[in-house]
Amino acid sequence: MVTEVVMPKMGYDMTEGTIVRWRKDEGDEVARGEVIAEVETTKVTVEVEAYTGGVLRKILVPEGQTVPVGQVIAVIADRDEAIPGLDKEPRADKAAREVKKAAPRPQEAAEAVTTAEEEAPRIAASPVARRMAREQGIDLGQITGAGPGGRITKEDIETFLARRPAEGPKPAPTPVAAARAAAPHDIPYEDRELSRIRQTMARRMAESKRVAPHFYVTSDIDMTELLKLRKGLNELVGEGARISVTDMLVKGAAKTLQEFPEVNASFAEGKLRVYRRINIGVAVALDEGLLTPVIADCDKKSLREIAQEAKEVVERARTGRLRPEDFTPGTFTISNLGMFDVEEFVAIINPPEAAILAVGSVAPRPVVVKGEIKVAERMRVTLSADHRVVDGATAARFLQRFKVFLEQPLHLIT
Amino acid sequence: MPMITYREALHQALREEMTRDERVFIFGEDVVAYGGAYGVTSGLVKDFGEKRVMDTPIAEMGIAGAAVGAAMGGLRPVAELMTINFALLASDAIINHAAKVLHMFGGQMSVPAVFRMVGGGGAQLAATHSQSLEPLFAHVPGLKVVLPATPADAKGLLKSAIRDDDPVLFIEHALLYRVKGEVPEGEYLTPLGKSEVKRQGKDVTIVAYSKMTLVALEAADRLSQEGIEAEVVDLRTLRPLDMDPVLASVKKTNRAVTVEEAWRTYGIGAEVASRIQEEAFDYLDAPIARVAGVEVPLPYAKNLEQAAIPDANRVIEAVKQIFSRAAA
Amino acid sequence: MEASTVAKLTGSGLDKKTLLRFLHQMLLMRKFEDKAAELYARGKIAGFLHLYNGQEASAVGAISTLAEHDLLTTHYRDHGYAIARGMDLNRCMAELLGKATGVAKGRGGSMHFFDATVGMLGGWAIVAGHMPLAVGLGFASNYLGKGQVVLCIFGDGATNNGYFHEALNMAKLWKVPVVFLCENNLYGMGTAVHRASATTEMVRKAAPYDIPAERVDGMDVLAVREATQRAVDHARRGDGPYFLEVVTYRFRGHSMADPILYRDKAEVEEWKQRDPIVIFRQRLEQEGLLSAQEMERIERETDELVAEAVRFAEESPDPPLTDLYEDIYANP
Repeated sequence: MVTEVVMPKMGYDMTEGTIVRWRKDEGDEVARGEVIAEVETTKVTVEVEAYTGGVLRKILVPEGQTVPVGQVIAVIADRDEAIPGLDKEPRADKAAREVKKAAPRPQEAAEAVTTAEEEAPRIAASPVARRMAREQGIDLGQITGAGPGGRITKEDIETFLARRPAEGPKPAPTPVAAARAAAPHDIPYEDRELSRIRQTMARRMAESKRVAPHFYVTSDIDMTELLKLRKGLNELVGEGARISVTDMLVKGAAKTLQEFPEVNASFAEGKLRVYRRINIGVAVALDEGLLTPVIADCDKKSLREIAQEAKEVVERARTGRLRPEDFTPGTFTISNLGMFDVEEFVAIINPPEAAILAVGSVAPRPVVVKGEIKVAERMRVTLSADHRVVDGATAARFLQRFKVFLEQPLHLIT
Repeated sequence: MPMITYREALHQALREEMTRDERVFIFGEDVVAYGGAYGVTSGLVKDFGEKRVMDTPIAEMGIAGAAVGAAMGGLRPVAELMTINFALLASDAIINHAAKVLHMFGGQMSVPAVFRMVGGGGAQLAATHSQSLEPLFAHVPGLKVVLPATPADAKGLLKSAIRDDDPVLFIEHALLYRVKGEVPEGEYLTPLGKSEVKRQGKDVTIVAYSKMTLVALEAADRLSQEGIEAEVVDLRTLRPLDMDPVLASVKKTNRAVTVEEAWRTYGIGAEVASRIQEEAFDYLDAPIARVAGVEVPLPYAKNLEQAAIPDANRVIEAVKQIFSRAAA
Repeated sequence: MEASTVAKLTGSGLDKKTLLRFLHQMLLMRKFEDKAAELYARGKIAGFLHLYNGQEASAVGAISTLAEHDLLTTHYRDHGYAIARGMDLNRCMAELLGKATGVAKGRGGSMHFFDATVGMLGGWAIVAGHMPLAVGLGFASNYLGKGQVVLCIFGDGATNNGYFHEALNMAKLWKVPVVFLCENNLYGMGTAVHRASATTEMVRKAAPYDIPAERVDGMDVLAVREATQRAVDHARRGDGPYFLEVVTYRFRGHSMADPILYRDKAEVEEWKQRDPIVIFRQRLEQEGLLSAQEMERIERETDELVAEAVRFAEESPDPPLTDLYEDIYANP
């Protein structure tokens, strides 16, 4: 019978041993229980006994060599027995492999979690105050804490909430100033505190412009059919469930993104990250700044559902009652300045999205039809796209398709 | 409802349980001839005989080991170790054996032994006779650690401890023996592993046990006069620890203070505070304060000893600190 | 300490079946231990492994005197006691391999063999820690009128521990039916008796507690049996505790991790000449009680039992992870 002699584990924490001396030679008879070798481990020498009798046919590890516990060091068999695989390298036993496995694994890199809060200056607020602020949609930057060290406490939040309806509308934010040369010292000025939302916007928009190579594609869309359909639908659904133009744009964008998944994506660590959900953010202008609540899974929702949800979420945004769910990450954004008579404009992409659609006003404009000038309700949209993700042709085709959906609006309700 | 002392309540518990179950017996140092170092066992030998109420040599290791063996052999021993300071000698049998027999031997038998002892200081007995070492034992899985604050709890908990099939450390307080309280008549049990709200309030949660529960209640009374209503939660059992009433309270009051006679570092307050921040983080309006024994060996001199043990003043101070607002 | 000690001659009055059973048991123990050594060296058994080779006569002789309802508490070199007390060999091997089918469900390991159904109440790893437990068990027997005798086995090293003294004192005070059996194998781990004990004759250590004591040649299974019987009878009569010093020798190290630097090879060889299994076998052969075929049968059976135990253990599953939380409390 062929028996492998392994480097024995002579101690609960022994991982390897060194052959000090072979007491028997190859070809010697060995009895069960007889000492065949001396092994050194952590400065102590122990004897290795044979657990079966026979002939020491092969010594696989010479004196002076160190091997892990469990590795085969010799073979005992009958004198003329065939020993398979003897010419191969000493086979490490499962124990040896397990010893290797016990080596500590490299630590996994901690996930970097960046939230707007972490990067902005630290505001001290007690956990319950933070939770209440979150639930009420209050920007902690607006509150001065009266707790120790200026900490915002529950009482501060309660005081703020009690006072809020009585407050007049906040002063309108200063218009975005064109870049100027540094002002001379003697121009009088006042510094106004930026709201938390604005601080975040400032950082994100600057970063977006800096990091993503923006390019722009514009399309002029005939809105006649869409407006007709909208009118008809609204007669059907009634006052409470009115569908807006923006709602139909959202649906149109969702359908287009379904066909252009590469636009429903991000540039992530050198790869194109294509999202499996279509979550569209609708920009809402508030006194404190721009918020973009997201409607999730627009491709799976009907026009009515989108209209309903949009209405609710915009209402929540305006009254400062946004919920955490409203800030589900988005994959595409629509920004509509049409209500301000803006004909067309160019928007900054909301990172890490790949594109944003800037929508101008719907107005009667002259168009050329079969060589003749006619008047039609037109709307211009401009797609800003991240050139790392989307190229010109794709953006153009995207808009082309979008235009088809809007000009043949029955697509929006199929 | 009758008003009886903590001592009398314990005595009644022992008497009732020994009458109910023949297997219950008491042994320890000076429990018979001396009448018990704190008088709890006084008179029992007359009714139950020397077979069931026994004096032992001064041999805590042996007493604890014999209690474990007797419990394994089918009895329900109530071993008295006199004080928790001496229980250090017994801790090998308690921690290495009593706590582990059930699990280590594959669930074959449990150790239904009760180890009674006195903990805490304040009687000027100096450092080696005044310690509150319950955190050491509360740390060990397999043990149950109980510290009653009132006579009613003392009786109900001791009865439950004797009927429990697991090893229970039942830690009394020397300065509570003479305290009187209402104790229900007739048969009743107080469950192990259940904390209790001893006083309701909405402004701050004070968590305490043993003598410190009374200190907390005194502090709560005085705070009430200043318009702060404190809710006092008495833990009663340290292991297994029932955090439900504590968490419900903190969710209501948003503030917590723990009070213990044991030393602060690695103490009971550390565990309670940890669990509060784990499970009620979003309800905290201030950091959790811990009031505990000053971290020194307890001295003999009265003024020094008093300064080292938490009292109502220190609890009030801690509460006020977490209410503090920044200067306008 | 010399190999030749005071030996008691025995005229056993035992029948051949019983005598062969003793031989079988000792040989089974020896093979079980050798197999355990091999499995440890292969990494299949972990932790501490304390083997009983050389001391078999003590376990077999002493435990053969116990009645079915008697109790046994021992130190951590406990495989021999478990076998002598009739614990399931397969499940003992499974326990060594840490399997769910082990006698302690894999939670105790080598040092914590325990089977309440046969009165083997451990296997304890704290030196002398089980001695007061034995006193408590004996106390309970008296209290409940169970008529049990508790055999408490410990080593020479335990006799210098506080527990030893407290237990013996209480045992005599309370007149508990405990037989304190000290297996003096001349070394407490790596410390020779004369370097650890002010009194090297263990038998004298019972005197301060007024406990009757005897010293026995631990390599003679019948001598051990005879002395233990006296002790057990004494305890069962209600005369209180008894103390036995069984002089024996362990052929292997203290545990598998022991490089055995503290004793002479020559001393070991000398004691091996008095191998209790060899001596007993020779005596049986000389008196015509053991034929070559019977010996062969015993060899074969013990080999098979050990092989089967290994197979059972290796094929058994690991304990489920949920077991981690089981049996922390009897009343959760």
